[in-house]
Amino acid sequence: MRDFIVKRLAQMASVFVIVSMFAFSIIYFSPGDPLYLYTSPSVSTYKMSEEQLDDMRASLGLRGNVAQRYINWAGKMLKGDWGLSISNHQPVKKQILDRLPNTIGLMGAALLLSVLIAIPLGLLAGYHKNRWIDNLISAVSYLGISLPAFWFGIMLIIVFSLNLGWLPSAGMRTIGVESALDVIRHGILPVIVLSVNNTAVFVRYIRSNTIEQKEEEYVMTAISKGVPKTQVLLRHVLKNCLLPIITMVGMNFGTLITGSFIVESVFGWPGLGTLCMDAINSRDYTMIMGITMLTCIVLLIGNFLADILYGLADPRIKQGKEARNG
Amino acid sequence: MSKILQVKNLSVHFDTHAGKIQAVRDVSFGIREKKVTAIVGESGCGKSVTAKTIMGLIQRPGVIAEESRIFFQGEDILTYTEKQWEDYRGQRCSIVFQDALTALNPTMNIGKQITEKIRVHRRTSRQEAWQEGIRMLEQVGIPGAAMRMRQYPHEFSGGMRQRAMIAIALTLHPQLLIADEPTTALDVTIQADILEMMKEIQKEQGMTIILITHDLGIVADFAQDIIVMYAGKIVEKGSAEDIFYHPAHPYTEALLRAVPRLDILGGQLETIEGAPPNMAAPPTGCPFADRCKKRLPVCETRSPQETELAEGHQVFCWLQGGNDDDR
Amino acid sequence: MDKRAMKKIFFSNKMTVVCAVLLLLVILASLLAPLSPYDPDAVNVSEKLQGMSGRHILGTDDLGRDTFTRALYGGRVSLLVGFAAMCVAVVFGTFIGTVSGFKGGKVDMLFMRIVDIFLSVPSLLFIIVVYAFMPRNMVTLVLMLAFFSWTKVARVVRAQTLSLKERDFVVAAKALGVRQSTIIRRHIIPNLMPQVIVAASLSIANAILDESALSFLGYGVQLPMASWGSMLQSAQQYILHNPILAVVPGTLILITVLCFNVMGDMLQQILDPKLAE
Repeated sequence: MRDFIVKRLAQMASVFVIVSMFAFSIIYFSPGDPLYLYTSPSVSTYKMSEEQLDDMRASLGLRGNVAQRYINWAGKMLKGDWGLSISNHQPVKKQILDRLPNTIGLMGAALLLSVLIAIPLGLLAGYHKNRWIDNLISAVSYLGISLPAFWFGIMLIIVFSLNLGWLPSAGMRTIGVESALDVIRHGILPVIVLSVNNTAVFVRYIRSNTIEQKEEEYVMTAISKGVPKTQVLLRHVLKNCLLPIITMVGMNFGTLITGSFIVESVFGWPGLGTLCMDAINSRDYTMIMGITMLTCIVLLIGNFLADILYGLADPRIKQGKEARNG
Repeated sequence: MSKILQVKNLSVHFDTHAGKIQAVRDVSFGIREKKVTAIVGESGCGKSVTAKTIMGLIQRPGVIAEESRIFFQGEDILTYTEKQWEDYRGQRCSIVFQDALTALNPTMNIGKQITEKIRVHRRTSRQEAWQEGIRMLEQVGIPGAAMRMRQYPHEFSGGMRQRAMIAIALTLHPQLLIADEPTTALDVTIQADILEMMKEIQKEQGMTIILITHDLGIVADFAQDIIVMYAGKIVEKGSAEDIFYHPAHPYTEALLRAVPRLDILGGQLETIEGAPPNMAAPPTGCPFADRCKKRLPVCETRSPQETELAEGHQVFCWLQGGNDDDR
Repeated sequence: MDKRAMKKIFFSNKMTVVCAVLLLLVILASLLAPLSPYDPDAVNVSEKLQGMSGRHILGTDDLGRDTFTRALYGGRVSLLVGFAAMCVAVVFGTFIGTVSGFKGGKVDMLFMRIVDIFLSVPSLLFIIVVYAFMPRNMVTLVLMLAFFSWTKVARVVRAQTLSLKERDFVVAAKALGVRQSTIIRRHIIPNLMPQVIVAASLSIANAILDESALSFLGYGVQLPMASWGSMLQSAQQYILHNPILAVVPGTLILITVLCFNVMGDMLQQILDPKLAE
């Protein structure tokens, strides 16, 4: 298990370095002097001192050759100095961290919803393979993976917000209202939209897994011991079906993040996604770099947790042995 | 001697894309109590399907024909409800599969897999069940049983894993144990150890065993009765002496010639030429006719009926009469 | 499995036939778009935001352009981008996959590490970020989409190559001293085709979906050109008064992507009978 963790950490580090190079190249290849935006009176009325500008250059990695620049920049990032936003001169890190909980909340709720819906549906479909219930669930899951999320969001807004008036169509809070219930009301549609795709993916995965596990001989053994079939399903098949779901969730983290960006911009949810879109539109390089890095960190942590969890749950991996059939 | 199990006119087929595969075709036999009966035949001859039918493990797309009857201690188990099956499986009849690696749940420790069986049938505490599990592992010769209980199947060696599998099957002392190729996946030396262990337990407890195998060699000093199957049908059945010393069916003779023997040094091992028939469209005549060196014209068109050669020794072959019953 | 048998199974499955017909309809309609009496870009403010009528069967948009005609032209762009991205991804992915699988060893490890990295980053975000600094045209769009989707093809192809490598005919060719490049070209690639077709079908579905999302966010197909995704973007403001503007392109995306997904999956089941029983 320890070897496994060390290996994964090394892997994560390499991905992290590559992503950081990518983020760094954004500023490196961006046209013109990025500092122009800070200094030009036409862009900003705020005047920076020479000292501040110099500091800015360092944090943007604008001194020395490419390698020096990258190391400077990476060092600053690691120390937690993510620079100032170009458009509003506020610290990037603070702005991102302010928005982060909103996105994480959205993602977490969607993930939870997906898993809760997908497990029973997938098991049901797999258990009754090729019967009508399976055909129905499979057809719906095909729709789910093929549905453009943003369009689905718009359709939900048309029906539930504009025509029925049940739920708000945008934002996270009603102005002047401070209650959790209000946030939840705002969150319902975005969470549904964000979870659709993942739910469909999970259902299909659990279904095929159930079918596979059901054919395994150990199921036969359990039945031949006289264990009732529902109990076989719950005690034997379920666990072996759900183990890979942990990995699956980890692997789908990337889709979930980009999905949340799209959903946020459809519903005007004040999270990282909208922050990122604004930053791109205003060419706020420092902000884009910060968001890219943070997204990557969130993703890697998510993946890592999923792997560790899987390792803990499966005795074959826990003992550091390669699984022979699974 | 009383029969613990009577199989009458058993037919099982599988509905697949390739058509209706007739795995077992109108098979009847009886199993003597407290004896070891071997069902012998090459892979695909229907012996495993027969075993699974006796355990009630045939599922869609498998279908058991309506006229089939299986009497276990006088009760027709094919009319059992699911509840009765659950009661029967494991407690009155158990099965050992060929490959314990796939037949044991990889994510559940051995102890749980044994105690699960005890606790679905008996009202015992967890501790009692656990103690019973340890006793069972000791009985099948697994050293350090108490510690082994907490281990997972992948931590066992092949032989130990198969012993654990047998321990699970023997738990609750079922009257009938079906061993479906129990040693085929193992090394020869381990194979012998395990067979020896099974033999001892059988003698001690007077258990009835159905041993399913393709290897006549391991049957010789273990089984009292032998049933030879070919292409979903029984071709010959009788006591071990009958089969080994007075084989009547050409297929049995061919099988015997294919067993390596130490008493005929330098002799060549014979193989049976040709391949078994396609079970989606089995021949109307004797299934072995195609590969039989002694075939008669009638063999290809009509199926031979049972001929009794001696008390308890029956054969299905035109060479031995086979046409008494003119149907 | 030989091609005749595959064709037979393919056509005996109702779902695949329905999907194939639907796809053909969508493709044909897009190709025949110029037959429409309307110019997709002709502004006619006097007829703006109309509902369904005999004159405009799916109504008009905010500039009085015929929605049906625009949807057909949008389909051309969406399908073209999807198809082109798929082609690039398949060619590149197949190349990397076969080389990786066939060579094995360090080459394989390096390639697979790269694939892992690609699979673990949020691709759409990266596309948006990069696209913000690149000339926004169709070529970059296609390349970006392909850049983040070849990995899936490469994985499938590699796995298949690994198993093909052990087959007798490849081993025999090797023993005869046939050059590696020839073995790959003559023996491996032709036998990969079924898997590649499946991957292509799924990859086109993904590309169309991703393109629509990008265009919807304003980073995909640029004006005056319009794809289904960008039509949705401009429709967003009018959903209250003329929801059909949003319904039409979205439905078309859904149908197209669904058909490609279903066809790809059915093909896969045909190839892997274990899944299909």
